[in-house]
Amino acid sequence: MDYFAQQLINGLVLGSIYGLIAIGYTMVYGIVGMINFAHGDIFMIGGFIALITFLILVSLGLTAIPVILLIVLLVSMAITALYGWTIERIAYRPLRHSFRLAPMLSAIGMSFVLTNFSQVSQGARVKPVPPIITGGYTLHEGASGFAVQLSNIQIVVVITTVVLLAMFTWIVSRTRLGRDMRACEQDQTMASLLGVDVDRTISMTFVIGAALAAVAGMMYLLYYGLVDFFMGFVAGIKAFTAAVLGGIGSLPGAMLGGLSIGLIETMWSAYFSVEYKDVAAFSILIVVLIFMPTGLLGRPTVEKV
Amino acid sequence: MSVTPAATSHASQPSGAAFIFKKALISAVVALVLFSLMIGVRTEAGNQGGLIYWTRFGDLAAMVGVVFGGSIIVELLRQWWGPVGTIRVVPPQVQATMAFAGRWLATALLVFTFLVPVIFYDQRYILDLGILVLTYVMLGWGLNVVVGLAGLLDLGYVAFYAVGAYSYALLATYFDLSFWVCLPLAGILAAFWGVLLGFPVLRLRGDYLAIVTLAFGEIIRLVIINWQSLTGGPNGVSGIPRPTLFGIPLDNSDNGLAAKLGIEFSPTHRIVFLFYLILAMALLTNWVTIRLRRLPIGRAWEALREDEVACRALGINTTTTKLTAFATGAMFGGLAGAFFATRQGFISPESFTFQESALVLAIVVLGGMGSQLGVALAALAMIGGFELFRGFDQYRMLVFGMAMVFLMIWRPRGLIGHRAPTVFLERSQAISSDLVKEGHG
Repeated sequence: MDYFAQQLINGLVLGSIYGLIAIGYTMVYGIVGMINFAHGDIFMIGGFIALITFLILVSLGLTAIPVILLIVLLVSMAITALYGWTIERIAYRPLRHSFRLAPMLSAIGMSFVLTNFSQVSQGARVKPVPPIITGGYTLHEGASGFAVQLSNIQIVVVITTVVLLAMFTWIVSRTRLGRDMRACEQDQTMASLLGVDVDRTISMTFVIGAALAAVAGMMYLLYYGLVDFFMGFVAGIKAFTAAVLGGIGSLPGAMLGGLSIGLIETMWSAYFSVEYKDVAAFSILIVVLIFMPTGLLGRPTVEKV
Repeated sequence: MSVTPAATSHASQPSGAAFIFKKALISAVVALVLFSLMIGVRTEAGNQGGLIYWTRFGDLAAMVGVVFGGSIIVELLRQWWGPVGTIRVVPPQVQATMAFAGRWLATALLVFTFLVPVIFYDQRYILDLGILVLTYVMLGWGLNVVVGLAGLLDLGYVAFYAVGAYSYALLATYFDLSFWVCLPLAGILAAFWGVLLGFPVLRLRGDYLAIVTLAFGEIIRLVIINWQSLTGGPNGVSGIPRPTLFGIPLDNSDNGLAAKLGIEFSPTHRIVFLFYLILAMALLTNWVTIRLRRLPIGRAWEALREDEVACRALGINTTTTKLTAFATGAMFGGLAGAFFATRQGFISPESFTFQESALVLAIVVLGGMGSQLGVALAALAMIGGFELFRGFDQYRMLVFGMAMVFLMIWRPRGLIGHRAPTVFLERSQAISSDLVKEGHG
């Protein structure tokens, strides 16, 4: 039971990270109707920028951990958001009215560019960092000596996710930008006729998605203590699975899907086999798409001629 | 007064040196922020396990300069070339010339390919490169059935390549079966896996289909890596038997082909044999595809690509149509995989990554999706291009990715973006693919 509780905590933390990435997929899919294949790599870039900023701040002699974390968070969000904006501008905007497969292929190309850009510029080796947030609490000590641990970093990840999610929900439901985004999701032509700047709204969608991915990248760095240039691919597919599982286009769905995928992956590793955990995640994607193509919270779409 | 879309959008774009300079400056500033940390600072794991970093402001300045200059050039080119995405109708003379060239180019290319081992007999490098190009031509033609004809975006094609390669490798090493017995088996097994993948994804379309096939490809690769007792895991399978000329080995023994023919043995014999083998296999793929296009099933594939709903309304069974497309494409992938295994003598999961799938897909897209000649030319251009970058191994995929983005913007329909209908009323008429609307396959 204690072992299960521990895995539950680990799964929820991992799920929060997936959920943050999944939001980027689901938003872009909702508005532009394309899978932003490069999103996983944006997450990776976010992790790298957080790492580099952290290194610089530490070498400048800053010691207050909360200040460092806040600066790292803001810098990585800002720069990664600019990556999202640039990618949309270069690779996706010219293709918005092109044929169906073009944006997808362009996105795959962009994903290769980002992966190999960071490999070339930062090297292929895994970059480890020492634990930044240490300590934690023992929630329950079992008779067999197995203790359920809740580390501070896990608390930080979950709290950051919840705060960002609340902020983001507020943006979508209460602000002018959120209204524009919802309008573009329903009907771009009509939205532009009513004075919504569609280009700008789509750009902002990519910017917000990239910023959230940067947060996920930073959380990954803090939680696992390493980044490498190839981590975006698998994380990206899993987050996409999460978005599909939750119902693509739905924001609470993305978070729910992320948590589910995190839990399933952790439980699978804990009780079955670690080697096949990715196979399990990918199989879920296939199974969900067969039996529940609209996902948990998605709306069914009807195809019209 | 009729104003073409090209003229209006062109007029609305401001030009002039100040505008170009401003745009380039913005690009440079954006590049400076983007690259500031990623290029300006280099991190590496130090000796004590901690991270060290050093700065590279020179590289950063150079990159920003490149972006500044590059965006000026791009802007100038854009004003000279006109806006992207306008519909261009190819003039009839050009079309006629292209058609003439197309008719004879294929023949000329085929004759030349047949002569390659004769002309370059002494140059092992060119023969090896030729075999590699032909392997990708075959893979491209195989994937073309799925993507180009049936319009089903498959990002996991390498899975079938892997299935074929491992089928041959395992059958040959465990059961001592010869290449010619294993080749059809590899094809059948791959086709079986194609149907297996096809069933669940029948209801999916477009992007979803792409992601599921991608996941499928990854699953196959992960299973190969982890099922160590059967596949050897990351170490791969080695000692795969070389192919024989229907039982006659191509080696230096007394039973070898050289001894039987009474000529002096040379290792080049095997390379030449492999060259003609893959050429025959590729041509078989091409021939089957061309014949299938004229059968009802091929017509159904193309109808499916154009509009699935209309297809169903016309009474075409979309289930069998999709499954046959997957199975046919997978079979050719499997055959190519078996050839790959016998040629290399060693296979490991590293040969079957997503990058291979993307490369084959890029060949099909660059070739114009559905054009057999286009795919062959694209394979030649892609693999040749990769060879040019052999010295800069780490920049290879970077350039490949950029090329893919650039191609999609510049020519989304591929280099030979020409989709001739296979059925026509009264007389043949070339239709530029730009005029053909894509349905939701």
